[in-house]
Amino acid sequence: MEIRYAKSHEWAAKEGDLYICGLSEYAQEKVGDIVFVELPETGAEVEQGAPFGVIESVKAANDLYAPLNGEVAEVNEGLEDEPELVNSSALKDGWICKIKSDDDSFSALMSEEEYKEFLKGQDE
Amino acid sequence: MLKTVMNSFHVEQGARMVEYAGWEMPLFYGPGATEEHRIVRRSAGIFDVSHMGRFRIQGPGSTDYLNHLITSNVKALQPGQSGYGILLKEDGGIIDDIFLYRMGEEDYSLVVNASNLNKDWEWLELHTGPFEVTLTDESSQTSLFALQGPQVIPVLEKLTSLSLQDEWERFGIRELKLNNITFQAGRTGYTGEDGVEIFVDNEAALELWNSILALFADHCEISPCGLACRDSLRFEPGFPLYGHELGEDILPPEALLKWACDMQGDFIGKEAVEALLEKGLERKLITLSLTEKGVPREGYEVLSSDGEVIGEVVSGLYAPTVDKYCANAFVSPAYAKAGTEIQVSLRGRVKKAVVEKRPLYRPSYR
Repeated sequence: MEIRYAKSHEWAAKEGDLYICGLSEYAQEKVGDIVFVELPETGAEVEQGAPFGVIESVKAANDLYAPLNGEVAEVNEGLEDEPELVNSSALKDGWICKIKSDDDSFSALMSEEEYKEFLKGQDE
Repeated sequence: MLKTVMNSFHVEQGARMVEYAGWEMPLFYGPGATEEHRIVRRSAGIFDVSHMGRFRIQGPGSTDYLNHLITSNVKALQPGQSGYGILLKEDGGIIDDIFLYRMGEEDYSLVVNASNLNKDWEWLELHTGPFEVTLTDESSQTSLFALQGPQVIPVLEKLTSLSLQDEWERFGIRELKLNNITFQAGRTGYTGEDGVEIFVDNEAALELWNSILALFADHCEISPCGLACRDSLRFEPGFPLYGHELGEDILPPEALLKWACDMQGDFIGKEAVEALLEKGLERKLITLSLTEKGVPREGYEVLSSDGEVIGEVVSGLYAPTVDKYCANAFVSPAYAKAGTEIQVSLRGRVKKAVVEKRPLYRPSYR
């Protein structure tokens, strides 16, 4: 499964007709314990790079930015009771939502290799 | 950025480091802030709080001087005891909240918040007046650790020669020795758990810290803990934090700290406190919890159930022990009663909340 990343640390991967999205391992480690996720609403139109949710860590609220253009098809309601899933399983059970999107905005994201390179610059 | 003696330890442990009051301090370590919070509640945690200021006040006038500056009754402190107090401006506004240790008959140690250190020092120097006192800023000479949790006193009893439990009252100071390192320990803390705050010379600080971690680990679970869980641990038992529940525009009764003001005594700001009490409060600190999910943060508006703005959040978080999304807020006294249904606006989304009975968590030593 090809996984691609936004500079704002969200990831996206194709799953059937939809793209599944979440927060990167790097970002969840940086923000620490996640205590609440304000999910986007199903049916909402989202724009790549625009805020579409909020991730609340112990100390602060951070915007989540839509990694793709499209429409929110499904949200991970499990995060309402277990926001810590983003910490324990950022790339799997801690997914944020599924977006109905075109392939172009997906291609515009960084590949896993490119993201790893990008992160090297982040920690300097 | 300023660094404590323990800085290299924090970095080597992989702590997430953040700037706090000009210092580079650990926010949390590997276990994460929520788990660190739980370790302190069930066993033991150690905090580096060396960024806090420590002033020495000595001389024949020291008791009268401090009694004039601090809201609490300093004269009631015996050598070897410590207590909480507040420094007020003439208009009653809070300059800082402090912890005062009476080390000897004419010898005090004042622990102040890192963010207020310079301001406090200037205030202290400004008011020496007729009092025969010597002030020394010892902040950079000693390191301060807080060792907190239900296992702290029982394990210290095993590791040191003193029979602590029998003769060491809360707020009392003892000199202890561990691995041949001598240090002062006050039976205090700011987490709602029993424990000690430790003063140790900088030269011995790292060795003492490592000794505590290693020796305690033979007896109980222990973890280094960061500032994030220090905040949630102080929040649950209702201890105020300067810059949030306390500030120069807030008077002690508004922050529910009338108990820390010795109204029989005489201290700077007392008239202003009396005047406010006579006039009646216009706002009062409350603790609330959301009945819907979300995190109330500093600055968010608090609303009545009718949607009228009644105040503002000053601290907000997820409180791990009580498992609720909570906040402290200043509101009109009419809405301060426990059980009152109110609302909080979270970035425009209005969520239901209720005024809680304080404290959310009863300190284990009470």
